[in-house]
Parts: sequence; C-alpha cells; structure tokens
Amino acid sequence: MSAARLEALAPSGQRGRPVYELRGVSKTYARRNIQALGSVDLTLTEGSFSSVIGASGCGKSTLLKIMAGLVPPSAGRVMLAGSPVTGPRRDIGMMFQQATLFPWKTALENVVLPIEIRDGKAAARAKQGEARALLELVGLKGFETVYPGELSGGMAQRAAICRMLITEPAVLLLDEPFSALDELTRDYMNMELQRICMARNATAFLVTHSISEAVILSDTVYVMSPRPGRFVEAVEVDLPRPRTLEMITTPRFGALVDRIRSHLDKGSFL
Amino acid sequence: MSDATLRAEPAPGDTVWVEQVSWFDRIPRSVAMALLAVAFIAIWHLVSNFGIVSPIILPTPAETLRHLIFVGENLLTGGYMLGSLMITLQELVISFALAIFIGFTLGVLVGETAFGERAVMPYLVALDTMPKVAFAPIFIAWLGFGIESKVALATFIATFPIVVGTAAGLHAADENARMAFKTMGATRWQTLVKMKLPMGLPQFFTGLKIAAVGVMAGVITGEFLGGGKGFGELIRVASTNLDTARVFALILYLSLLGLATFGLVVWLERKLVFWQRSSVRTAG
Repeated sequence: MSAARLEALAPSGQRGRPVYELRGVSKTYARRNIQALGSVDLTLTEGSFSSVIGASGCGKSTLLKIMAGLVPPSAGRVMLAGSPVTGPRRDIGMMFQQATLFPWKTALENVVLPIEIRDGKAAARAKQGEARALLELVGLKGFETVYPGELSGGMAQRAAICRMLITEPAVLLLDEPFSALDELTRDYMNMELQRICMARNATAFLVTHSISEAVILSDTVYVMSPRPGRFVEAVEVDLPRPRTLEMITTPRFGALVDRIRSHLDKGSFL
Repeated sequence: MSDATLRAEPAPGDTVWVEQVSWFDRIPRSVAMALLAVAFIAIWHLVSNFGIVSPIILPTPAETLRHLIFVGENLLTGGYMLGSLMITLQELVISFALAIFIGFTLGVLVGETAFGERAVMPYLVALDTMPKVAFAPIFIAWLGFGIESKVALATFIATFPIVVGTAAGLHAADENARMAFKTMGATRWQTLVKMKLPMGLPQFFTGLKIAAVGVMAGVITGEFLGGGKGFGELIRVASTNLDTARVFALILYLSLLGLATFGLVVWLERKLVFWQRSSVRTAG
C-alpha cells in the first residue's frame, strides 16, 4: 500500500499539531534477511491516542522499539518534536508488559529513577514532591515507601506509569502495558490510563493485541499485517470522550470491533 | 460470609474431618535437635566405654569434654592456643578479603565484557577443574612456611565460586530490566552499578557462601601441609601424639570459627538483599 493511500486513510481534522512523525520507516534484520517492517508512515498529533493492533510477530514491537530509539530503522525518517530520534530520549516515555520496578528501591525511588539516571541523585531528590503527586494521581498515595515486592501487579503497573510520566515526556509509548494483569484490573487500568492521558493532554501510542482495548482507548486504531509489517487500515474511533466501559455494549463499538477483526482475519494468519 | 462458615461447633450429624499430624512431626525443633544430640552421645558413650573401639580411634565423650574445657580455658586465658587461633583467623580474614576482591573483579570482567567471557573464562574453568589442594607444595616452595602460603592456597580455593557467582549475577537481569534502563538513557556504567550489580546480589552471595566454606578448608589444609603456628598445626601435633580427644576438641572450636564466617555472610546477605529471603540459613 502506498504512502499516499495511507495518508488518505488517516483521520482528518485532528486536534493538535503533529508531534511524532514517521516517514517510510522500515526494518530488515540483515543477519537473517527478514523484513520485519515494511514502509510505515505515521503521524501522531498532540493529545491524540493511537493504537496499533496485529497478530503476534507482525512487527508492531519492532515499530515501537524504533519509535523509542532503542533500535535503528533500516530506512526512513523518525522525527519527534522537530528533531530526529537517534536514541533513547527523555521526551519519550515508555512502558512495558512487565512493570520492571527494581526491588531494592521503594515505590517513590523507582518513580524518580529516570531522573536519577539522567540528572543525578540531587535532581532525583528534588523531584520527589512531583513523584508523590504522580503517585497520588494514580491512586498510590500512602505507598511511597513501600517496596515493589509488597505491591500487587496492578499497583506495580501504576507505579510504572508514574515512572514513565516523571520526565514529562512528549509522547507515551505503551507496549501491551496491562496484558499481564487479570481482566478486571486491566479494564480498570485502561480507564485510569485514559483519565491520566486526558488530564495531561498526553500523546500516546499503544501496542496491543486486544481489539476492544484498542477501540475503547484510541482515537485511531492502525491495523497491521505481518511479513513485512505494514498498516492496512487506520480506523477512526468516533466514540465520545471520556469513554466508559459501558460503551463496549453499544452497536457502534461492536461495528468498529467487527471492522478491525475482519482485517485481522483476512491478512494476519496466512 | 455466612453464619455457617463462622460456626465453630459442628452441628449434629456433620462429618468432621480433622487433619492428623503424628506426635513425631509435632516435636519442637529445639527438642528434636536436643534428642538427636543425646542419642548420638549415648551411642558414642556405649561404643567407646565398653572396649568395642580403641580410645586412640574413638575417645570417650567424657574425655573429649575434658579436652574441650582444657582448650577453652587456654583460649580464654590467652594461652598459646589463642595465639594459634589468632594466626588462623588472620589467614582466614586475609584470604577471604583477597578472594572477594580478586573474585569480584574477575567476575565483573567475565560477566560484563565479551573479552572476559570469551578469553578469560575458559582459562578460569580449566583452573577450577584442577585439584587445587595439589598446588599447596608449589605455594610452600614459592612463599615459604609462613602465613603467605596458607593465604595463597585458601585464596586460590575461595576465588572461583565468587567469580562464578558474580558473573552469573550480572546475567541475572532480564530483557525487560535492560530495556527499561535503556529507555531511561542509562550509560553502560550506570546500568552495571545501578541495575546489574544489585540484581545479581543473590547469585553473588551464593558464591560467597561457597567461598566462606572453601576458605576455611584452604587455610587448614595449608597449615596441615605447610606447618607454621596456626590452629591446623595444633591439630596435626595432637594427631601425631595419638591424642584423638584433643583433636576432637580442637576441631569443634575450629568449626565454631567456620560457622561464624558463614553466619557473617548470611547476616550481610539479609541486610543487603533484604527484598529476597535467603534460601540457606544458619543453624538456630
């Protein structure tokens, strides 16, 4: 699919200015000569929430790693806030399936860890007030001095959200952040994530393999097909915000889920 | 919760099933340990007192106790045995410190650098498979009959477990933790110091515990083979004099020293690796 056609697929009249831009980004693993990612064009506008969905192994994690500056692309251009992404940056916040809190640090120390690494211990101490406010924002007030071993899976992921937000990133990259949690906790955490993103006007990009999760959270859902990974459709979700879990039962929600599923059924499992 | 689950008394007609634990499994730990010790000493007493075994082979418990008290008095009053113990302790401390320093340095080299893993590790494995005690005569020839040769042997024995523990610890960090540190923009040094080393502490301490046992064996073996004035020499002399009860008493005091070394490592582990409970605990 050509870049021009994809531009046409992208939703028009979005709110803010473009923050994150990918042009013709592809990735080929030379050693095994596997093209993991075809030519991908993507524009994230300020304050928007986008998801990419696809079967496992379709290259969506590779895409996210390129966007995070963890892996260099084989071709193409990755721009964030006007400058090219050539490595990990403090204006990129990232979250993984595992909370990866470090057990020898308290919840608060874990949250300010990115500051400690980038600016040193003194700067991290200075940020503790902000970290406390973040922990309160995600409902972890009173758990500042608790070690991760005593936190539940959902609580640990909430602390991980705070750690992602402490550097005030321009864009949030989320790699299946709640897929290790049980379904009830996951639904709740998704609503929390929406609340936090709306409160901070955050630009977010989510990788998931749950269609309903993608639809309930996103303004745009990019459907990805494998070998090589490329976007086959950009589905605009026109459900009003703030979204609620009750919307899952509406016909519009069902129609959107069906549309995305039809793409996945066609291309992804060949 | 319903009333039924809160009710303590079974209703008439209910079948009550109570898990049975035999009296044998219900003996408290301290009592069980004491019972076993009493049984052991009783059998020892019987075997040694009724001429079944010669006293040169196995002294009576009473004779051993007499020597225990004698050695204890000598140690407490600052006799010649205390001097020997101090020499052995000195060897032990120096060897352990050297083994930790060398072992940790080599462990980081092997665990963190490709050069260490590819070039250094094979030689370390080759050295480790050698019977290290066989090097004792060489160390004596090189370093003489003083404490240096004992320290060399004990350090040689205790270094390898620490190398392996440190290197294994540096590989303990999983892909997620590495990725998280990478996204935070951590340098290689920061990743090592702030993440890989703390993450690897449990493995490091496993190596340290093995080394704590090995360093004691190394020191005493060194003293057996290389003479000197240490506690091992006292044992060797008593053994030559066929004074088996004295040997038993000396070994008991020596094992207290070993236990203290091991206990110190376990204590330190609990302090530093507070987020993970140690799998090996000291007695008591």
